[in-house]
Amino acid sequence: MNRLRSLDPTVVVYLALVAALAIGALLVSTVGRNFFSAGNVRDILTGMSVLGLVAIGQTLVVLCSSLDLSVPVVISLSSLLAATTMAGDPARIVPAVLLTLAVAAAIGMFNGLVVTKLRVNGFIATLGTGLIVKGYLDTQYKGTAGTVPWEFQLLGATGLGPVPVSTILMLALATLVWFVLARTRVGHQMFAVGGDPVVARLSGLHVARPVIVAHVVCSLTAAGAGLLLASRLGVGSPTVGSQGGYDLLSIAAVVLGGTLLLGGRGSVWGTIGGVAIFAVLDNVMSVMQVNPFLKDIVRGVVIVAAVAVYTRRTLHAHRPRFGVGGPTDDGPVLGPADGAPATGQLPPAEEVAR
Amino acid sequence: MTTAPVLTARGLTKSFFGVRVLDEVSIEVRPGEVHGLVGENGAGKSTLMKILAGVYQPDDGEIHLAGEQVAFAHPIDAMHAGVATVFQEFNLLPDRTVAQNVFLGREPRRRGVVDVREMARRTQHVLDELGVTSVRPRDRVGSLSVAQQQVVEIAKALSHDAKVISMDEPTAALAAHEVELLYRIVRSLAERGVGVLYVSHRLKEVFDLCDTITVLKDGRLVSSGPADELGPDELVRRMVGRSIDTYFPGPLEGTERGTELLRVTGGGNAWVDGIDLSLRAGEITAVAGLQGSGRTELAEAIFGIRPFTRGSVEVGGRRVRVTSPRHAARLGIALITEDRKATGLSLAQSILDNVLLVIRGVFPRRTAHVRREADALMARLELSTDRLDREVQLLSGGNQQKVVLGKWLATRPRVVILDEPTRGIDVGAKVAVYDVIRSLAREGVAICMISSELPELLGIADRVLVMRDGRLVAELAPSATEEEVLRHAAGAEVSA
Amino acid sequence: MRRSAREVALDLVSPQRAVFLLLVVLLVAIVVVNPSFAEPGQLMRFLQRVAPVAIVAMGQFFVIVSGEFDLSMGSLVTAQVVGAGVLVGQDGSRTVPVLALMLAFGTLVGLVNGLATTFLRVPSFIVTLGMMLALLGAVMFWTGGAATGNPADEFRQIGRGGWREVPVLDFVPYAVVILVVLLVLALWYTHRPAGKLHVAVGDNVATAHHAGVRVWWVKTRAFVISSLSATVAGVLLVGYAGVHPSVGRGYEFTAITAVVLGGVVLGGGRGWIVGALAGAVVLEALFVLLNYAGVPSTVRSSVQGVIIIAAVAYSALDFRRRRSGPATTSPAGGDAAPAPGRGGDTSTTSPAHSGA
Repeated sequence: MNRLRSLDPTVVVYLALVAALAIGALLVSTVGRNFFSAGNVRDILTGMSVLGLVAIGQTLVVLCSSLDLSVPVVISLSSLLAATTMAGDPARIVPAVLLTLAVAAAIGMFNGLVVTKLRVNGFIATLGTGLIVKGYLDTQYKGTAGTVPWEFQLLGATGLGPVPVSTILMLALATLVWFVLARTRVGHQMFAVGGDPVVARLSGLHVARPVIVAHVVCSLTAAGAGLLLASRLGVGSPTVGSQGGYDLLSIAAVVLGGTLLLGGRGSVWGTIGGVAIFAVLDNVMSVMQVNPFLKDIVRGVVIVAAVAVYTRRTLHAHRPRFGVGGPTDDGPVLGPADGAPATGQLPPAEEVAR
Repeated sequence: MTTAPVLTARGLTKSFFGVRVLDEVSIEVRPGEVHGLVGENGAGKSTLMKILAGVYQPDDGEIHLAGEQVAFAHPIDAMHAGVATVFQEFNLLPDRTVAQNVFLGREPRRRGVVDVREMARRTQHVLDELGVTSVRPRDRVGSLSVAQQQVVEIAKALSHDAKVISMDEPTAALAAHEVELLYRIVRSLAERGVGVLYVSHRLKEVFDLCDTITVLKDGRLVSSGPADELGPDELVRRMVGRSIDTYFPGPLEGTERGTELLRVTGGGNAWVDGIDLSLRAGEITAVAGLQGSGRTELAEAIFGIRPFTRGSVEVGGRRVRVTSPRHAARLGIALITEDRKATGLSLAQSILDNVLLVIRGVFPRRTAHVRREADALMARLELSTDRLDREVQLLSGGNQQKVVLGKWLATRPRVVILDEPTRGIDVGAKVAVYDVIRSLAREGVAICMISSELPELLGIADRVLVMRDGRLVAELAPSATEEEVLRHAAGAEVSA
Repeated sequence: MRRSAREVALDLVSPQRAVFLLLVVLLVAIVVVNPSFAEPGQLMRFLQRVAPVAIVAMGQFFVIVSGEFDLSMGSLVTAQVVGAGVLVGQDGSRTVPVLALMLAFGTLVGLVNGLATTFLRVPSFIVTLGMMLALLGAVMFWTGGAATGNPADEFRQIGRGGWREVPVLDFVPYAVVILVVLLVLALWYTHRPAGKLHVAVGDNVATAHHAGVRVWWVKTRAFVISSLSATVAGVLLVGYAGVHPSVGRGYEFTAITAVVLGGVVLGGGRGWIVGALAGAVVLEALFVLLNYAGVPSTVRSSVQGVIIIAAVAYSALDFRRRRSGPATTSPAGGDAAPAPGRGGDTSTTSPAHSGA
């Protein structure tokens, strides 16, 4: 277990994915099906796309030590806005998409501002925003609405061989976000703000900017998911977001992928891995015709087990002096579930009133 | 050295809550000079450092850097100006790499995008300049040892083109061989023309490394001059010599040194080794030592936070293994921790709730009884507030410490360990604490007090133990001088 | 110990007490809009409706004040409701044994939540999320996805029945009586040593540990209380709302909202249980008011959302003004349990005393 802990969490996730694939293939073959058939692969990838899009955005938010619970309503709203604006006319696809993205960005901006300026916790802020938008949805839309033109429906239907277009888009987005995290200042700032806002502040960073950007991007990816769903359904739906449980599931995928719930460490690829694991689990269970409700139980257990296995971060505040009989160099653990304190000799806080 | 100083500070004065901690202190650092800053706890060293680092702003005085007057409103201003500081608590992100930490907030860019290769190259360059090979730009900071993390902090400072680098007790957490590495780094910094302000208790290091030594005492400048004009004895005398006006109560009438209540034989764990300790009823045993010598770890071992893994412990003659604070409390052992805000108090709770914490948690059946006695307890502690429902975070440091004491006194312990009990509290409260300690002794409690304040240590102790590098190295009578204590704590080589 | 008028006024406006002011204002407004509300019968029916929400709010209070989250409440409510429907069926005599079974199950869920959080060291957010999924899945699996019809009347009476023809009050629902009893029980508990430990643990885990408190047991107790409260709410809902698969949906969020409205800080260490109760009543009163004022029910959510944000922003203001201690992060104070969704909140402190 110790060696496992020293591996990069992303690697661990992909190892788990490989294990899941192997076990899945085995199980599926016992019912006479081919796990890796083109059709099955396509099913898995299709099942990944929507959650994958949302989870990519949620990764950024969690990295900044915040949360976004408003994604289900953003998804639903996006699907509705897109479908009603397009109204079956292919010429209106582009304006519809732009409008949808703009509205989503505004919602994300609102979230970001409430979190950074009003100092409201991400959980509550986005819960509140979600409720506000839900009220709007409830009053404006009584059921499905709008029509998606056939051209746009292609988005959700076509693919390159077994790989759906939606998966390609999702991977492209993941690459983009990975790039932002690894190669832009904003991305680096996200890690700092989520990891230790005091250090970030002392290094002269503007702690608000990365958080706001993260929330905006998260809402944008949720909008993307909404657009994808609209293309699959052919209409917009006010319940499609909440039915999928995308808020908590995306957070679960993010955490499963090795990103710390408290922020400061994580990767988009890990999240994709987490989404893939969920998709593989779902697929195997449905191919084996396992009762769909058991799926949720398995998901629940997998999430908790996975997080229990990951390491936590710690800065060596206290190094053992005599090797024998001391704890491992992993050192004491900081975390909410701790009954034990972090270290004995806590140096006095060096913080700046700003 | 006759070159012009790169950093000049004149007449720096600073007060906190009406207490003057720095009084008209001036200091000069020249390029390429290793300038030692010494003084006891409370002398003002860390305040001076923090002012130079931009963490505090002085009430009075001015700072000149390379001839120009500067004022630092924020630590980043100091960094930009070329004054970098390596504190004891590192400002690092453990989940990021060395390069990412070094360039946090100012990552080099090429065409709008972070240039990772350039970042790594520049980081490697700085590490090379420091002569360090065990740290790479791509290493995750959280996986490095304390010494290596310190190197990262220094690299960060250097990468800002620092003209002056201050280091606060840099060797406090280092093992012997790592101190060697630091020596080399400091020397190479000096060779590059960087001025190094070296704050340390460890006199051997100060004499090994420093060209100039400045001594502070009680917030004032005592002396500042070349190191070779000073001998260790003289240095200690300047640091420590004071008028003995402070009041330390002697043993109260009726105090008897009685039975042995706690005995540790050959105790050891990852932080301390070979501990043979005996605490007797009515006796106050002080433990002296430098920062990082293992005193707190010793207290934590006895109290069950980081239990002993070797040796044996006997409480009241019975052999026990103390594995948790709860266990210790049940055995009648109490620990007043070093950092009351972090581990001693529940800041948002009332005085009463804080005082009742151990009772409620470990001896719930006594709650009603202790509650009735709460007023008497507060009176005994001279807690100067009339409302027990007041939030503890609103109290002064002294009163807060009294609350912590009250919490443990309520459990009627047999052995009380106090870790820096008078740190950061006013004189009046200190006296109250001493009174409580003496009265506990009279009641037959065995007391172990850890303190960095030498006068206090010698003033109140019945015997003095000295720790160094995780071991008990000496036992002295309270009539010992402060110089003697410091010598044992810092290493006898100094007196050579 | 008398306090100045200013102190009293300040206290009244603090988030912890403001909820009561808000409640009074709302109740008055309701009566103005619809005077018949003040009739005892109406009032009692209102309280009957409030009871389940109020009970889960009290349960969630203990969890939040201890510095954790319980996201599994909604699923547990659903599970218990559906389970009751299935197990009791039309056989009213099974009521008591099924009740016992439900309480036992609730206790078990709480224990699992608590032990997983404290011993597996998994954040409670994740543990209760996993539990939520698992419970929902398990219940649906067991019933084959279709919740059966409502159980026998004897069971339903608990939630919907009461004493009629009562002088003055006209109708006293059992639900209200249960609520009152639980409130008294909860108040009693919060004054016991064991009850006081929750707040201590939420305020500063390290201090509590150093003081010999069994932190794992305190937190686990909180989760058990929370799960039991969800169970009782489920029992009431069977009678009041009937059995259907979405009966518990979102209950945890409603509970958390009520608790936060009541002035409890996410992250623990502060709060009064009556505040959480008041928060729940405020939420329901708000909806009643909107109803009577003719505001469409679909707008309910939006109003709720605005109130939540406003309430927490307000308490964040107050919190920063008063707190002069070490770094605080919103979901779960400084070094004591940091919780997810911290957002941009960072520290402000006074400088270290007497620098050395």
